[in-house]
This record gives sequence, structure tokens and C-alpha cells, in this order.
Amino acid sequence: MIRTVVRELPRAVAYLLSGVLVGAPLLVVLLVVGILGLALAPVLVGLPLLALAVLSGLPVGALERRRLTLTRTPPPPDPHATPAEPGLAAWARLRLTERATWRELAYTVLLTFALWPLDVTVLFVALVVPGAMIGAPVQLATTSSASGDARIAKLWLIDSYGQALLCTVAGIVLLLALLWPLVRYARARAALARLLLAPSEAEAERRLDEVTRSRARLVAAFEAERRRIERDLHDGAQQRLVSLSMALGLARLDAPPALADRLAAAHREADQVLGELRELIHGIHPQVLADYGLADALADAADRSVVPVELDVDLPRFAESVEAAAYFAVREALANIGRHSGAQRAWIAGRYTGGRLRVEVRDDGTGGADPARGTGLTGLADRLAVLDGTLSVHSPAGGPTVLSLEIPCPQR
Amino acid sequence: MPAALKIVLAEDSVLLREGLIGVLTRFGHEVVAAVGDAESLIAAVRSYAPDLVVTDVRMPPGLTDEGLRAALELRAANPALPVLVLSQYVQRAYAADLLDTGDGTGVGYLLKDRIGQVEQFAEAVERVAAGGTVVDPEVVRQLLRRRRDPLAALTPREREVLALVAEGKSNGAVARELVVTEAAVGKHIGNILGKLDLPPAEDTHRRVLAVLAYLRA
Repeated sequence: MIRTVVRELPRAVAYLLSGVLVGAPLLVVLLVVGILGLALAPVLVGLPLLALAVLSGLPVGALERRRLTLTRTPPPPDPHATPAEPGLAAWARLRLTERATWRELAYTVLLTFALWPLDVTVLFVALVVPGAMIGAPVQLATTSSASGDARIAKLWLIDSYGQALLCTVAGIVLLLALLWPLVRYARARAALARLLLAPSEAEAERRLDEVTRSRARLVAAFEAERRRIERDLHDGAQQRLVSLSMALGLARLDAPPALADRLAAAHREADQVLGELRELIHGIHPQVLADYGLADALADAADRSVVPVELDVDLPRFAESVEAAAYFAVREALANIGRHSGAQRAWIAGRYTGGRLRVEVRDDGTGGADPARGTGLTGLADRLAVLDGTLSVHSPAGGPTVLSLEIPCPQR
Repeated sequence: MPAALKIVLAEDSVLLREGLIGVLTRFGHEVVAAVGDAESLIAAVRSYAPDLVVTDVRMPPGLTDEGLRAALELRAANPALPVLVLSQYVQRAYAADLLDTGDGTGVGYLLKDRIGQVEQFAEAVERVAAGGTVVDPEVVRQLLRRRRDPLAALTPREREVLALVAEGKSNGAVARELVVTEAAVGKHIGNILGKLDLPPAEDTHRRVLAVLAYLRA
């Protein structure tokens, strides 16, 4: 308990003190806005002011959620939904119909008229009064009153150092006795804020839905962008370069010997660029995936692998998003095998059973691969998660490393 | 100069179409029809009965593999029609589909990048038109990379020879490429066929097909 008090006391004091700093100005602002709003309601100016007062819970709620970090607990997430359409009107409409808004308003009223005064009282009783009692001898020594006595914390009158010392001892006892209640009060105070300001079950659920949907949209947009880039490069730069290479080839046929060497050098250069561009485009989005599907694309990835790969794949066609996610996961796995594993061989197995696509990539390397260590696997797991798929990496030290992915999906 | 060929060309990029016509004409062939989509290609072959079809893989409307599909369709209708497919990418699946038509004779699968090597391209065109098989070196390289185990028994030199044979080159062409005598090439090929357990074949073409079949297995 003593350890708890020592650890939590600064946080509790910081939390309560900053609560006072929020609550006191808020009282002034709310009173001014409320009175003005009511007074001006007949002339219509007041109505927006009243709405403003109603919505005042929003910034206060946000601030109060942030302030909870002072108690060393993670702040609760924002309970509000994102408006479906832009514009102030849509935003205000949504906010006024949300229960979270009204909970925040209730909290704001509570904070303004009850909580912060209570915080002040608690701080005063638990810290200021004992503090003043402990300081009694000092106060007595520096007193300037004619009678030579001092009034401690406006409560007790003392006139001798004996009394002052007694007062100090009593102050220390009181301080120690009150520290634990102070910490407990701050905890309760934070719990109340959390209760009113954190999202309810339904709000959290909805929030998660929103996030899931937006993540799926992002992945789809990313895929579409990939294809667009691939197509643009293919239709533009690649065709032009082939055409240039052809022109150079024809020029070389008729070139005088003096030019032949320089033309040949230029031609080599052009062909090298072509080759690099081809590989780049293939990396962005392999055509074989769209034309022949996952099985052939995996064979193609195996062909390109640095480490020899044995393939055991028997798969139908799936939706494009599924094929792409599985393909890029396997390619990343093969790249990792080539880079880190020290493997001599790798195996890819792919099956579709019971409505689930399963692909496994195994190697005979040294193992010890850590998926959390920022390889590209994290992003791939995200892509799979959008499709309700899972990715797992099993890599004990000494190997073998097995990466397996599973996606529930219908076949095309 | 070999006999002039009547060629139907299908390529959706106008730039490349003009370029290809230029190259083919330069080597004495006649492009009787140049089209930009798969449907017109099939129609053009029907009306011109060319000696050779040269087609891009990726063409409208879908810009996926319409050109290749058309080529397969043409080969299915007439297995004796020589077809040379140009692809922007090495795709083993494309090459495999092509080699499965007819009996793998008179087909070619080349990377578009090779067109710039105009003499080699012209040579490939003539070889396919004459009933040979031309497979892009890049495809062969991938096939070789995949088949480790029995190939491990081959010496580096034998591997070089095997790659060239798989591309459809004759003994003479392999000898020229590696700057050795034709007899030496013949000896290498004998050794390779023995090591890979392939039937000995005198005829270049049959041998190419055997090697390709082996590599694709």
C-alpha cells in the first residue's frame, strides 16, 4: 500500500490539480454563454449560443479523455462516429443525435458545478491543511502579529513553540493518514470520467466496423492503383523503349563502321533499361496473376526465386483480391528465404479445401525468423486480415521455417 | 535471302506496329495485314491465309492475354499455321500453352525486348515459319533454374549447350554461338541426352521438343 501511494500520489495530485484548472475557467465560460443564450433566445441569436453550450461537451470530453493519461492509464478512444458527408451541418446533425454527445454534456455540467469544487476541497483537506500544520513553527517564528500568536490554516490559534511542535506532529500524522484516501479519490474520479466519456459497447463496435470497412477500401484502392501504374508503364514507357530499340537495331544494319560501335553501345543501354523496366513492372503487378491465376503465378514466383523451389499446388481461380494477397505473401516469403534463411531449398504447397485456400511456404534454413521484426510480413498480414484471412509464421531456431496463410473464399 | 513470307501482324500499339512492319519489310517479308485486336487478327488470317502470324499477347478489349488466346484458337483450327507470339513478360504458362498446340512445331514465344535485336528476330521469324520451335532464352533460363536435381550432373558447358538447344537452335547455330566446332557440339549433346535419359534424336527439331518436354515436366 505504501508503495502504491508513493507511486500514485504525484499522478493523483497532477490529475486533480489539472482538473481544477479545467473546471474553474469552464464555470465562467458556461455561465456567460448560458446566460447570454437564454437572454438572447427571443432574438434568435441566442439559439446558436445554446447549441454551442450543448456542444461544449465535445472539446471538454476530448480534453478530459486526454487528461486521463495523467493517471497512467491509456486514454479511452473517441466515442464519436465520423460523419458520412462533409460539411458543418452534417457534422452538427450527427453530433446532436449521438448519445456520446449527451454523456459528454452531462459530464461537463457535473465537472463545472460539482467535480472541480470537490477536487479543490479534497486537495485542500489532504495537502494544504496538513502542510500548514507542519509549517506551524515557521509561521510562529515569522509572525508579525502584536500578540505573538499565529492562526494555523485559519483554524487554530497557537502562541508557543510547544504547541507549534505538537501541531507539526499532528500535521504529519494527518498527512500520512490522508494520502491513501487522496489516491483513492483520484482513482474514483478518473473512473467516473472514464465511465461517462469512454465509448459504450455499441459505439466501440460501430467504430471497429468503420475501421474494418475503411481498411478494406484502402486495400482495394491500393490494388487498383497498382494495376493502373502497371498499365501506364506498359502502355507508355515500355512500348516506346521497345520501339527505340527497334529503331536502333535497324539503324545499326545500315550504319557506317564509324558509327556502328556507338550505336551498338546505345542499343545495349536501351535493352538494359528495357530489362530493368520489365522486372519493375512485373514486381508491381504480374500479368500472369490476372491471366492464369494463383497457381501459375506461384510457379512463376518459384521460377524467379534465388533458392530452388519445389511446387505442389493444385488450385482453382479465386477473386482477384484473394489471389493478389496470397501471391504477394508468398513472394515476400520467398524473398525473405533468399535473404535471411540460408536455406538450400524451399517448398510451396497450395490447396483449396472446405471453402478455404491454404498456402504453405517451407524452407530448410536456420529458422529464427521473427515476423514482428518489421519484415514485409506485417503489411501482408493486414492485407489478409481484410479478407478474413490469417497468416502465421512458425520458425524455431534451427529451422525449418513454415509460413502458412489461410483465406476463406469462394472459388471463381 | 530466304523466300519472302506473307505475314499477318497483330499489335495494339501503333508505334510498335509501325516499327515491326519496318523491321519485317527490311528483311524482305510482306506484312499483308496489320491489326490491333484479336478479333481482327482471326478475320485477317481467314482472308489472307498467311505463311506466318506474329501477334502480341496483350490486346484489346481486355488487355490481358487476348492475343495469345487468338493464337491458340488459330493453332487449334489449323495446327500447321506458324505462329510467333511476342510477350512483354516471360511467362512459362504462355510458352507452355503455345507448345501444347499442334505438336509444338512452327511456334515461337519471344520477349518483345528481342525485337530490337533485329537480325536475331528476323532469324526467329524465318525459323518459326519453316516449322521450327523458338523459345525465348529467358524462359529457358527459368526452366533450367527450376530443374536442379538431374541438371546438377551437367557440366557448365553442357548447360550452356542445353540452353541453346532448348531455344531451338541447330547444332550449327550452337557451334557459332559458343565458338566451337559442330562436332564438339554434337558430342556435348550426346552426353547431355545420355545424362538426362532422353532418347537420342538426329533431327534438331525433335531434340528441341524432347528437351523442352523434359524441362517442363
